[in-house]
Amino acid sequence: MNSSVIIFPGSNCDRDMDVALKKFGFKNKMIWHNDTELPKSDLVVLPGGFSYGDYLRCGSMASKSKIIESVIKFAKSGGLLLGICNGFQILTETELLPGALLKNKYSEFICKNVFVKINNTENNYFKNIKKNILELHIAHNEGNFFCSSDQMKNINDNNQIAVTYCNKDGKINNNSNPNGAINNIAGLFNKQKNILGMMPHPERMIDTYLSGDDGSVFFQNLITNLK
Amino acid sequence: MKISAIVTLKKDVLDPQGKVVHQALNGIGFNNVKEVRQGKYFEIDIDEKDKKKAEEKAEDMCKKLLANLVIEDYKIIGSQ
Repeated sequence: MNSSVIIFPGSNCDRDMDVALKKFGFKNKMIWHNDTELPKSDLVVLPGGFSYGDYLRCGSMASKSKIIESVIKFAKSGGLLLGICNGFQILTETELLPGALLKNKYSEFICKNVFVKINNTENNYFKNIKKNILELHIAHNEGNFFCSSDQMKNINDNNQIAVTYCNKDGKINNNSNPNGAINNIAGLFNKQKNILGMMPHPERMIDTYLSGDDGSVFFQNLITNLK
Repeated sequence: MKISAIVTLKKDVLDPQGKVVHQALNGIGFNNVKEVRQGKYFEIDIDEKDKKKAEEKAEDMCKKLLANLVIEDYKIIGSQ
C-alpha cells in the first residue's frame, strides 16, 4: 500500500505520521506543498501542525497551495484522504468537508488524551475495527467544530459523523466535550466516506511505552481494510 | 486604488477572543462595555483606477480567501 504525506511549511506532525504509516506497512512518500503531482497513492494524509503559521485562518493558506489541486482531484476520484488536526482544518477550508473549526470555547490550547466513539464503521477507515472507543491525543487551539443548521442536517442525513468526543465509558455529553464542538464532533467524513478529517492524532498513539496503543488499532485496521 | 475590507465572525458564532478582550477591558476599569467582537481589517492596494472594478475584485478576494463564509461576514468599508 502506498501513502503520501503532504508537508506544508509549519507542518509538525508529518514525520510522526510517516513513522506511523511505515510501522503498519505503508510505503510512504513525503510530498512538498510546492509540488504539483501526487505519486500513485492508496492514501493521502494532510498532517497536523500549523501550516503557513496559521496565518489568516488555520488551514486557509494550505487550502490554496500548489499541491492541493492534485489532492482535491485525488479525493474527488474516490481516493482515501485523511486530515489530522490542521489537516482537518485544511479539509474544511478546501470545502472537501463541511463546516469550520473555531477557536476552542474556553480560550485555551488543549493538549491531552481524550476518548472518542466511532460513529460509523461502513467505511475503509473503521470497518471491522476491534474497538468502538479509542483513546487518542488532541493538541489544538482551533478544534471547536461549527457548521450551519443546514450543513448539520446534511451531515446527519448522510451519516457523516465519524468520531465524537466521549468519556471512557462512551458517554457523549458536555463534560466529555473538550472544545465546544457541535454535537461533540471530533471527526467527519464526506458523503462518500473516502475523506476523513479528525482533530485527534492517532499517529501519537502507536507506542505503548510512550503513549498508548489505540492509534495502532486505527492504522492496523486501515491497512488491513485496504489490502 | 486602496480598498479597505473588514471580516467579522457571524453574529451566532462564538468569539472567545472578543470575550477575553471584554474581560480585560473590565479588568482595567472599563466597566460599561457590553460586548466585544473581534475581527480582521485588510488594506488591499490594487492596480486598478476604476473604483467599481477595484471593489468588485476585493469582494471576490473576500469570497475566495479573506473570509470563510461558513463563519464570517465581510464588508468593503472604503476605497481611495
